[in-house]
Amino acid sequence: MKTVKSAFKFHGGVHPQYNKELARDKAIEPIPLPKTLAISMSQHLGAPAKCIVKPGEHVAKGQLIGERNGFISVPVHASAAGTVKAIESRQGPAGSWADAVIIETDANQAETPPVLLAPLDWKTATKDELLARVNDAGICGMGGAGFPTSVKLSPPPDKHCEYLVLNGAECEPYLTADFRVMLEHADKIRIGVEIMRKILNGPAVRIAVEANKPEAITALEKAFADIDGNVEIVVLPVLYPQGSEKHQIYAATKRLVPPGALPIAVGCVVENVGTVAAIADAVTNGAPLVSRVTTVSGDGIVEPKNVLAPIGTSYADLAAFCGGEHEGVRKVISGGTMMGFNVPHLAIATTKTTSGLLFLTEKNIFQYSSEPCINCGRCLRACPMQLNPAGISRAVEADDIATAEHLGVMNCIECGACSFGCPAYRSITHLCRRAKNSIRARMAAEKAKAAAAKKV
Amino acid sequence: MLPKQTGERYILSSSPHAHAKSSVSGIMLDVIIALLPAFACSVWFFGVKALLVAGTCIASCIVTEALSRIAMKRENTIGDLSAVLTGLLLALNLPPDIPLWMAAVGGVFAIGVCKQVFGGLGYNPFNPALAARAFMLVSFSEAMTRWSSSTWKAAAGVDAVTTATPLQYLKTFATAAWEKMPDADRVLDLSNVSFLKATFLGNVNGCLGEVCSLALLAGAAYLLFRRVITWHIPAAFLGTVAIYAFFNYGMNVNALKLAEVHVLSGGAILGACFMATDYVTSPITAKGKLIFGCGCGLLTMLIRTQGSFPEGVSFAILIMNAFTPLISRFTQPKTFGAK
Amino acid sequence: MTAILTAIAVIAAVGAIAALALAIADKYLAVQEDPRIGLVTAALPGANCGGCGFAGCGDYARALVEGTAAPGACAPGGEAVNAEIANILGVAAAATERRVALVKCCGTRAEAVRVGDYNGICDCASAAATAGGDKGCRFGCLGYGACANVCPKHAIRIEDGLAIVDKRLCIGCGKCVAVCPRRLIELVPAKATIHVLCNNPVRGPEVTKVCGVGCIGCHLCEKNSGGKEAGHFTFNGFLAKVNYENPPTDAVLVDKCPRKCIREDAHFETGH
Repeated sequence: MKTVKSAFKFHGGVHPQYNKELARDKAIEPIPLPKTLAISMSQHLGAPAKCIVKPGEHVAKGQLIGERNGFISVPVHASAAGTVKAIESRQGPAGSWADAVIIETDANQAETPPVLLAPLDWKTATKDELLARVNDAGICGMGGAGFPTSVKLSPPPDKHCEYLVLNGAECEPYLTADFRVMLEHADKIRIGVEIMRKILNGPAVRIAVEANKPEAITALEKAFADIDGNVEIVVLPVLYPQGSEKHQIYAATKRLVPPGALPIAVGCVVENVGTVAAIADAVTNGAPLVSRVTTVSGDGIVEPKNVLAPIGTSYADLAAFCGGEHEGVRKVISGGTMMGFNVPHLAIATTKTTSGLLFLTEKNIFQYSSEPCINCGRCLRACPMQLNPAGISRAVEADDIATAEHLGVMNCIECGACSFGCPAYRSITHLCRRAKNSIRARMAAEKAKAAAAKKV
Repeated sequence: MLPKQTGERYILSSSPHAHAKSSVSGIMLDVIIALLPAFACSVWFFGVKALLVAGTCIASCIVTEALSRIAMKRENTIGDLSAVLTGLLLALNLPPDIPLWMAAVGGVFAIGVCKQVFGGLGYNPFNPALAARAFMLVSFSEAMTRWSSSTWKAAAGVDAVTTATPLQYLKTFATAAWEKMPDADRVLDLSNVSFLKATFLGNVNGCLGEVCSLALLAGAAYLLFRRVITWHIPAAFLGTVAIYAFFNYGMNVNALKLAEVHVLSGGAILGACFMATDYVTSPITAKGKLIFGCGCGLLTMLIRTQGSFPEGVSFAILIMNAFTPLISRFTQPKTFGAK
Repeated sequence: MTAILTAIAVIAAVGAIAALALAIADKYLAVQEDPRIGLVTAALPGANCGGCGFAGCGDYARALVEGTAAPGACAPGGEAVNAEIANILGVAAAATERRVALVKCCGTRAEAVRVGDYNGICDCASAAATAGGDKGCRFGCLGYGACANVCPKHAIRIEDGLAIVDKRLCIGCGKCVAVCPRRLIELVPAKATIHVLCNNPVRGPEVTKVCGVGCIGCHLCEKNSGGKEAGHFTFNGFLAKVNYENPPTDAVLVDKCPRKCIREDAHFETGH
């Protein structure tokens, strides 16, 4: 085990105001159990889970309420004991609507013992048992996109995982949830790493942490001090988007993931530190993923905190726990300021991927404009994917999706570095997203057409 | 729960929700600030005439911008300061004795014809100030090439009625007279007229903006420091000019001196650092910028040495502006991770 | 003098050679085209609206003559044009009736709740992709004018946050139907005058939270128009829909709708 400095800096990147000091010294604090929880069946990327409970039914904490539904899907569990009040369509953090199980929680949680999976000893359990556990516990990437972890941990037979990269960069402004998990639960992360190493047949481990979290690095060094094998803590330079999968792999291993490929193509698996801690819990305690740490921060909240909240806690409850809103909140963001989603109201509930909830007042927001591009090239210099965001955005504005595709818009990771520096305040990232969506729709249509033609 | 109602609604926008707070007007202001030393020099050397020319150009640009936006029923864009910058750049590209009405016409042409007709800032294919200068050079050729007041001319011993710029001197006098001169005398000739010192510190004939290279370089340094421009275009431009001149004049010490004259005079620095670097009309990638800069330098020297004009910076940049879309097409960046 | 004569002779010779070349090219390089293509193209309205699914009138004409497309797809032309084309092609004319676009939403800024202040690209698809849109009703018209922008006849205008179709200008090409991210524009027979202007199928209490004029599925319109047997309305969840096979004509329905989401055409043609 050793700590090294990353020597590989990717092109571009930006330095947003991090504002992490608002919540970084606040220890993880569990929220009192909310009266109602709204647990969405769409917790992650891929197909929503299939709801298997009915209104009126009483559920225990940890009870399965949504079944895995397809390959890229994870099961969903009740976050607390209570009665299912309704199953209705609710708006999620990203703005789309999905079925959610509304649970009225019991005042006395002790009455109904939680449903746990059988605890496993990772040292004696087989690889398949461990992998099945990761899936059964409903674990998906807790960094942002929420890719089902069990899928990531079962690479195709012709691919071997050589590096397991732990993502502790947390490069999003304001967010400190991962930082607190690294600081307070470094031991869990270590167990998680041992489990994942076993599942992936002993890859080398690289724990990537940005240099602005020295306390976390110290905690990890302590927890990992006596671990065997090829394990390194890689200290990354502070640069957004250091937490992007491809860029982290480059910074930690110097390997370049080709455009359009997954990390496993270069023998890497990247997992968020929070996810790794959840894996440890699922294996050693048999606890399904029913809560997560969310940073509630911003200049619009009275008391910024790192809150341990059950999945399905409404944003209103989170805000109330943190002392409520200050006057003049103009923007509420689910996630960080660079890639998070604006939410229209606080009736939205947390999911497994809700890493933060930010309340911003007038002085921390800005307005987009539709001014023309002046070709200054700041977006080009900032783009970590080395694309030409200016050219892409102009093409999309002219409805010329073909040109946008030719310029490689499908490689865009939507990190927002382009819009961040745009002096014309253009919504470049959004235009890229629009192009990607329309290209995906076209591809899906073509695929359906080809499939139909094949049938005939 | 009822959604928030009018007056206290949250803003909904797409990510990112953070911004570097840079702005178009800020960039324009930076360029204007960078041009102030050169402008101050021109006021120092040419006096109130410089102030009048610049004032006329800027006023005419602003008025044209405002009127054309009204005519097109679009929002007013004076606030982005691009019209002020165009006016100032145009003024720096005009001789001090230009009749003010001509300067005003130039401003109208720059903004009205070269910018707003194409849709305003961001859409113009050619640098408005340079296009206007080219237009004026053709329309008012006599007034655009009449140089007066100079301390340099006396030292050079040139006829005092109409005086030449250093490049005109090189072209008309140097080529004829110098052919017959031995090398040593040429160097002597150069040092006698203290060409280099004069061009570097100002004190030469020419347009408002080309009198003092030192002031221009100070401005360029400011722009580089503020990251408004990158080094690519100025370095490629001036480097090409210097190398071309060095080879053209025989690759010796004398040629080196002449190369310096070419770099330091005739608006090469003004063009390379402030005009060729215009965002809208130059390529966006580093590679594209280098090609663009080399092209500008090459064309400048071809016009200066082979053409009939003593000066070629403006035409070189305008021609390369036309090539910008083509250069951009072939210099797209390579995606991260691509082989 | 000789110079002028030479010049004239040279020009004449060049002209003659070019003319000859063109004549030869015309004879040997001519593309044989079915003359009916020209006739059909001439019969089509020439709006190039693309509503038929082809790139333009010329393309559609070619497909018609080649037999790869059926007559009757030209909405702007209507019956007259289709009959003429059928006549040229020697096939039976399919009966078509004029259809026009209908925006099934009447939630103006005053009537429908906006949940946020949208700040982004002025385009319906972009607004819909930002936190699900700023309109409280996720089925309603966002009013950022994607339909108005694609309309070849400028028949759609945005008024008070709502798209409104001018029935007289609409040629029924269906471009707006395809572009609307909320899928709330439908082509309906032009002769129908009474419409349900709502697209929200969810339960009444949910609708009233977000809109003052949203359909709650109370079935009053059905009762007032002669009951279920009369068949003037159909229901999808808690949303009434005019049965355009058998549209109602009684204007009294408009006043009797408790949610005021049944409207008469005339209401929308004012102001043009």
